[in-house]
Amino acid sequence: MVKAAGLSKVVPNGASTLAILHEIDLTVMAGEAVAIVGASGSGKSTLLGLLAGLDTPSEGSVHLNGVALFALDEDGRAALRAKLLGFVFQSFQLLPALNALENVMLPLELAGTAGAAQLAAAMLERVGLGERLGHYPKTLSGGEQQRVALARAFVMRPKLLLADEPTGNLDAATGAGIIDLMFALNAAAGTTLVLVTHDDAIARRCQRQIRLVGGRIVA
Amino acid sequence: MVINLPLPLKMLLRDARAGELRVLALALVIAVASVTSVAFFADRVWQALTREANQMLGADVLLVSDHPFALELSEEIAKRGLDRAEGVSFVSMARAGDATQLAGVKAVSAGYPLRGKLRIAPRLHAEDAETDAIPPPGSVWLDERLAAALGVEPGQSIELGNARFGVGAVLTLEPDRGVSFFNIAPRLLMRVDDLAATGLIQTGSRAQYQIYVAGARAATDAYENWAKPKLGPGQRIESLGNARPEVRAGLDRAQQFLGLSAMLAVILAAVAIALSTRRYTRRHLDGYAVMRCFGARQGRLFVLFGGEFVLLGLAACAIGCVLGFAGQAMIARWLTDFVASSLPQPGFYPVLQGFAAGLLLLLGFALPPLLQLKNVPAIRVIRREVGAPRQSALAGYVLGLAALGALLAWQAGELKLGATVFGGFSAAFLLFWLASLGALRLFAALGRAGSVSWRYGLANLRRRSRANAVQVVALALGLTVLLLLTFIRGDLLESWRTKLPQDAPNRFVVNIQPEQVRPLAQFLARNRVEAPSTFPMVRARLTAINGRAVGATDYADERAKRQIDREFNLSFMLTPPPGNQVTGGHWFSADDLALGSVSVEVWIAERLGIKLGDRLSFSGGGASVTVPVTSLRKLDWDSMRPNFFFVTTPAALAGFPLSYMTTFRLPATDALFTTRLTRAFPNLTVIDVSAVMRQVNGVLDQVIRAVQFVFLFALVAGVLVLYAALLSTQDERLQEAALMRALGASRAQVAGAQHAEFLALGLVAGVLAAAGASAIGYVLADLVFQFPWRFNAAIWIAGPAAGLACVALNSWLGARAALNHPPMLALREV
Repeated sequence: MVKAAGLSKVVPNGASTLAILHEIDLTVMAGEAVAIVGASGSGKSTLLGLLAGLDTPSEGSVHLNGVALFALDEDGRAALRAKLLGFVFQSFQLLPALNALENVMLPLELAGTAGAAQLAAAMLERVGLGERLGHYPKTLSGGEQQRVALARAFVMRPKLLLADEPTGNLDAATGAGIIDLMFALNAAAGTTLVLVTHDDAIARRCQRQIRLVGGRIVA
Repeated sequence: MVINLPLPLKMLLRDARAGELRVLALALVIAVASVTSVAFFADRVWQALTREANQMLGADVLLVSDHPFALELSEEIAKRGLDRAEGVSFVSMARAGDATQLAGVKAVSAGYPLRGKLRIAPRLHAEDAETDAIPPPGSVWLDERLAAALGVEPGQSIELGNARFGVGAVLTLEPDRGVSFFNIAPRLLMRVDDLAATGLIQTGSRAQYQIYVAGARAATDAYENWAKPKLGPGQRIESLGNARPEVRAGLDRAQQFLGLSAMLAVILAAVAIALSTRRYTRRHLDGYAVMRCFGARQGRLFVLFGGEFVLLGLAACAIGCVLGFAGQAMIARWLTDFVASSLPQPGFYPVLQGFAAGLLLLLGFALPPLLQLKNVPAIRVIRREVGAPRQSALAGYVLGLAALGALLAWQAGELKLGATVFGGFSAAFLLFWLASLGALRLFAALGRAGSVSWRYGLANLRRRSRANAVQVVALALGLTVLLLLTFIRGDLLESWRTKLPQDAPNRFVVNIQPEQVRPLAQFLARNRVEAPSTFPMVRARLTAINGRAVGATDYADERAKRQIDREFNLSFMLTPPPGNQVTGGHWFSADDLALGSVSVEVWIAERLGIKLGDRLSFSGGGASVTVPVTSLRKLDWDSMRPNFFFVTTPAALAGFPLSYMTTFRLPATDALFTTRLTRAFPNLTVIDVSAVMRQVNGVLDQVIRAVQFVFLFALVAGVLVLYAALLSTQDERLQEAALMRALGASRAQVAGAQHAEFLALGLVAGVLAAAGASAIGYVLADLVFQFPWRFNAAIWIAGPAAGLACVALNSWLGARAALNHPPMLALREV
């Protein structure tokens, strides 16, 4: 599903350069759940951004579902994301001007999918927010906002879900609920999962953990 | 039921619901309303001028002359089987009992008007009806103003010159008076064959002669072509193509002026649009990045956001047009004296103008910030510090500035004027901008001492200096205009009034025949009315300069064209007229008196390109003379004395038909003096100069009110900029207030900090506005009107007070938002 080879990211740092990632080789099989763990600044989020094609590497390649990601231009990568990927972010990234239903409808609408409202409403029902379709993000709790974000990610039936510290902004109990929900949805849809976290307990729920230290895979 | 709307429309509705686009939409609405209110009004008047041109002429072809036509011209009309009517217009005194009133007399022959209809009413304020007739013999029709001024109704009688007439009806509509500027004298309509009995048309009488022609288009065209080469100086043909050139020129200028006034609102709206779109963009960075994450292509997102803005623009333009349509009705109502008849409904063109202006503004000022969204990388969803767009400098708005320039040039109707106004606005912006930056720094420096709130509030002035300067400039511009239209206008009028001497003559008497000079002097002396002097007057046309014939086609300047086409009032005298100052050459010497020479007023000399030593040829009433220019004179036009462009030596005008004029101050105790005077000398025309001044003032007042109305849009746009600027820093303010509250500041302290900042903004804007308005007032007084400028202290109180008032409202709104927002929510949101 995901195959990264020799992936490096170097950024200018004043007069010199700073290597954030060093020749990462990584393969994730379809249906697998993989956690990327590491301390702050270890390069987890940068790796996730590269796997999604949100950023470009200094060297190396990523293949998603057999397609060489960086052989495509930015719009080509966007099209591939639209077809394959779902996202969950640490900061939820809901659009404040849209209510819960509209936030979930948005990717469907962008893709021109028919019956967006019904699909989105059904998905919100599944994450337990069927009663709160018309609520705006600022009137929802953090846990509820992340559940809307999960609904938004799964409503597109992605083959691969990328989650960046999905519980980072939540308290432990709420975070655990979100993780349960995410794994349940993942299992039901048979989605491949790549999860970035610094929480070992959450990482252990994945089949495999990849640990990053200073931009290198150590385990 | 789910309605499947296009995505840009859905986005628009969602953003509109969230209030994201309120300021942007309002700014567009104001700009479009401002432009279209003027455009609609102008369009209606233009339509009246073009579509109803033949009605406005009262004919298909109209011949106009300042002296009687050659017989040949009117005989040819009959020969060609065309319809014909004739008219003579002049001003004269009408009397009824003890009342006298200067009337615009129009004597016409049967058949007038050949196009359009007269409307008359049997009594004052009674319902009127169309008529094909003209007044029967011995009878006149008066318009409402004249009937009211004389206090007569149909059935009573009036005197005109030596004759008495019955009042037959009230004249309610004259088609060829449709659009007229400065309708000073009310109308009296009579038969041309009754004219002789009045004895009013004599030597030196200023009258206009008309021949109305109507028929099939080809035949009238043929007649026009035949008649054109036969016209002499002072004669012209008006037809459908060139009707009422003076009205057109006047309207052109009025439209230009109102149009440019309307542009102030557009310019301020542009600032509001730029500010609010920048805020919109900043608030949508994350949303844009998320959509990129979902796989939306850049092009598609641009189309979505662009589409949303275009839809918004179209809706705002439509609302603006509706408001503009309502606005034009106000302008038309205020300018009633300009536009006498009912106007046709406006066409569709102003709507196009409104949409073009609105969409150009949107393109120029919303597109650049919107385009910055394209540069937002999708990685921003993971790393928020990435991809915040740079603060776009002025360079980002090249497109917008070009659009504004184009709009200005369009409104001005010519590139040069457009460029001048653009330059003027830019200079004012720059000047205000620099001054406000300096003043705000000064305030910030003052803020190093005092309470916490005071220090913190004033420190913000420096930190947000650019955003604050934008607010100050916008508010200051709006206030400058207001102060100019209230205080400065009053000051200028007052200065002008006090400049007039208290005992200035207030009546001019013209049309005095040579044999009446002595009896008139005796009459005045008997009534103890002092008439300072009596001037001889000769009407003549300037036909050549240095032997080269001159005419309207020799001049580009509109005023020069008009002057050269008319007969001048020449006078002759031995000593320079009082209040005149010889600025070049010398006053008449003994040689000049013997050989003949002329002294020319400097303004007309400049207009017509006349220099000392030039030889000017005049002709009129069958006589002609050529004399050298031996002096140039400057004269005081505000003196209320008779002034002459050309003064010759007495012998030079010996062969010309001669009349006299004099002036006097009406005795305050003798209200009936004018009546007795005109009864004794029925042919004299007494012009009430103070009434004319009052009327000019009245018209001026109307124009000012119309301009004030147009500037109202500018003021609203200015407040909108203020609000947009406040919003653009509101997120920051909310966060600061929340932090202060979280750190234990009281509500009073948070409010105090905001008030200190706004107090400074309001004061600086108010002082700048007072300075700007005073400077413009000084320039107008000193350079344009040339009278002493009076310092007005009140403006320096009113300006800052108004500035504080506007800002207080904003401050209240802003502080309320900051205080009523729970700190936790603010810190989480931002």
